[in-house]
Amino acid sequence: MSSFSRRTAMGGALGLLAAPAILHAQPAGGVKIGLVAVQTGPQAALGTQLRDGYLMGLRHLNGRLGGLTAETVMIDDELRPDVAVTKVRTALERDRCDFIVGVVFSNILQAIIRPVTEANTFLISTNAGPSTFAGRGCNPFFFTTSYNNDQVHSVIGQVCEDQGYKRVFVMVPNYQAGRDAVAGFKSRFKGEVVDEVYVPLTQLDFAAELAKIAAAKPDAIFTFMPGGLGVNLVRQYRQAGLAHIPFLSTFTVDEATLPAQQDSAVGFFSAATWAPNMDNAANRRFVTDFEAAFNYVPASYAAQAYDSTMLLDAAIRRAGGRLADKDAIRAGLRAADFASVRGNFKFGVNHYPVQDFWLLRVAKRTDGKFQTETVRKVLENDVDPWAAECRMR
Amino acid sequence: MSTGLFLVQALNGLQLGILLFLVAAGLTLVFGVMDFINLAHGVQYMLGAYLGAAFAAATGSFWLGLLLALPAALIFGLLLEVLVFRHLYDRDHLSQVLATFGVILFLNQAVKAIWGAAPLQVPVPALLEGGVVLMPGLQYPLYRIAVLGAGVATALGLWFLVERTRLGMLVRAGATNSPMVSALGVDIRRLFMLVFAFGAMLAGFAGVLAGPIFSVEPGMGDHVLILAFVVIVIGGIGSIRGAFIAALIVGLTDTLGKSLMPDLMRLFLDPSAARQTGAALASMLVYIAMAAILAFRPRGLFPARSG
Repeated sequence: MSSFSRRTAMGGALGLLAAPAILHAQPAGGVKIGLVAVQTGPQAALGTQLRDGYLMGLRHLNGRLGGLTAETVMIDDELRPDVAVTKVRTALERDRCDFIVGVVFSNILQAIIRPVTEANTFLISTNAGPSTFAGRGCNPFFFTTSYNNDQVHSVIGQVCEDQGYKRVFVMVPNYQAGRDAVAGFKSRFKGEVVDEVYVPLTQLDFAAELAKIAAAKPDAIFTFMPGGLGVNLVRQYRQAGLAHIPFLSTFTVDEATLPAQQDSAVGFFSAATWAPNMDNAANRRFVTDFEAAFNYVPASYAAQAYDSTMLLDAAIRRAGGRLADKDAIRAGLRAADFASVRGNFKFGVNHYPVQDFWLLRVAKRTDGKFQTETVRKVLENDVDPWAAECRMR
Repeated sequence: MSTGLFLVQALNGLQLGILLFLVAAGLTLVFGVMDFINLAHGVQYMLGAYLGAAFAAATGSFWLGLLLALPAALIFGLLLEVLVFRHLYDRDHLSQVLATFGVILFLNQAVKAIWGAAPLQVPVPALLEGGVVLMPGLQYPLYRIAVLGAGVATALGLWFLVERTRLGMLVRAGATNSPMVSALGVDIRRLFMLVFAFGAMLAGFAGVLAGPIFSVEPGMGDHVLILAFVVIVIGGIGSIRGAFIAALIVGLTDTLGKSLMPDLMRLFLDPSAARQTGAALASMLVYIAMAAILAFRPRGLFPARSG
């Protein structure tokens, strides 16, 4: 046997010895959280927001959830469902996580929801809120602290009705979420959709579409252009001198994209359940400390992740720290007995929040940074359209 | 569709074409002269954009940023050539594809590690702010017109360099038959290195120009790379003139397709189906055009290599 392979064997043996030692080192009465946040690829900025929001929450709770010392296992889903499933299974089986928290994108959630919930482990989504698990597919082990996507798009439809816009130009990427956005928008907008333009997800240049918008002369445009698409669109929209046409959007201008959009996004509208300037004690504390700790403005991804730590803290405390008593934990989660940064927050029968939706506008702050700010409340205590189909009791 | 709108769309198409040309020019030279498939060419475009953004932010001037980014992109191209690509020239295409793909992954992650995953902002230089009203309600940004001008000027410069100088003659000769050029006593390795670095700089130049229009983010070169490959295949590998014509064809097909297809489809289909099939067809149009051109001219429009 060569010295190399002997060393490898020794290392392996040492590793085996070390593994149980680590488990024993964990103090009794701890709680283990698997945090799923994408850290690879172009959307990693959103995963970073999510992770930092969660860490901020833990920091405010002095690293304890409901009195138990919290240990976090970081999981980078790489925005690939197969990778997410493998890593989450490892977190469940090897690391024995008590909760799985996080998830930015719906397709990742779709992939991991069964492995997690079938292991009788609670899955708390802090961003993805697809319709699939809101209606018939609702699940006693699944909660989300965000929203159902359809609700957000419908807010803009309602805004157009309220403002009396008669002719609206709609532009979305040509994939499922894009088509859902149009459906959500139309569920409340009853006026004329002048044109619906579907662009490829790889679109670079919006010049052709912008010329169409100028020719159509709509009262307003509604668009859903997440990530880099939105950065391109917003800047080109401004450069083309179209900013006099109200720019109403979902997931297009937020604190994750504003550092790149900057002045070109000022005055553009968005819809959400939260904004950094919301005036309540929990939110002021969150935003101030978050900016001090991470040196950027938090977006809803961070705020919802922050809320999830507060939710977990409240639920575990209510259950008296008995993590094995799933019914007690579930009752604690359902009670949602915490001060949300959104102010108004409770769960509906399908474990999706019943909450207020706001129209937001991008503003430049006095310190030169950019953020969305509340304009007015559009929907109050809004229940997502699927909740009635949920049979969970 | 009004004539005004059509003209604006044609202009948009030309402008996209010019930007593609700047990326494709380097790619076609590298592929044509060295018979080397460089998937990492798109990353060099991204790198140019990042360097431009970083230098512009550091100096406070877009122009200084541009001036500094060009030599930086050139040096980086040389570095890549010496460190990685040089060792791949004699290998088969599969090794080249694998290795250069690895470079893409590496550099995309490196860029993210240095500048973060969030898109960067490059402001339009003050000199070129504002726009020209070409049709009612739409202003055509001055900056885009400047990009168009810069692209045409670069194309002319390249044409002169390749067709009218001794160096260009060697490059053309290398594209046609490189063993013969080598046998005639020309240091083909040095020529390769020069062409490679120059191609990297052109891609970087395109990246810097794209900064104020598009978002500067990791992976931004990947979409451009695919279109650039379409351009060089249509134009004939190794031909600058072919790349220029093909880039304009691709730019115009893509832009006019996107604006006309949904309306065209409405003649046969109901509106909602027309919009979706129109959009789907429009995004395929470039590739359909490529297939059609290759069916009649399998070596592209202006093949550089004979036989």
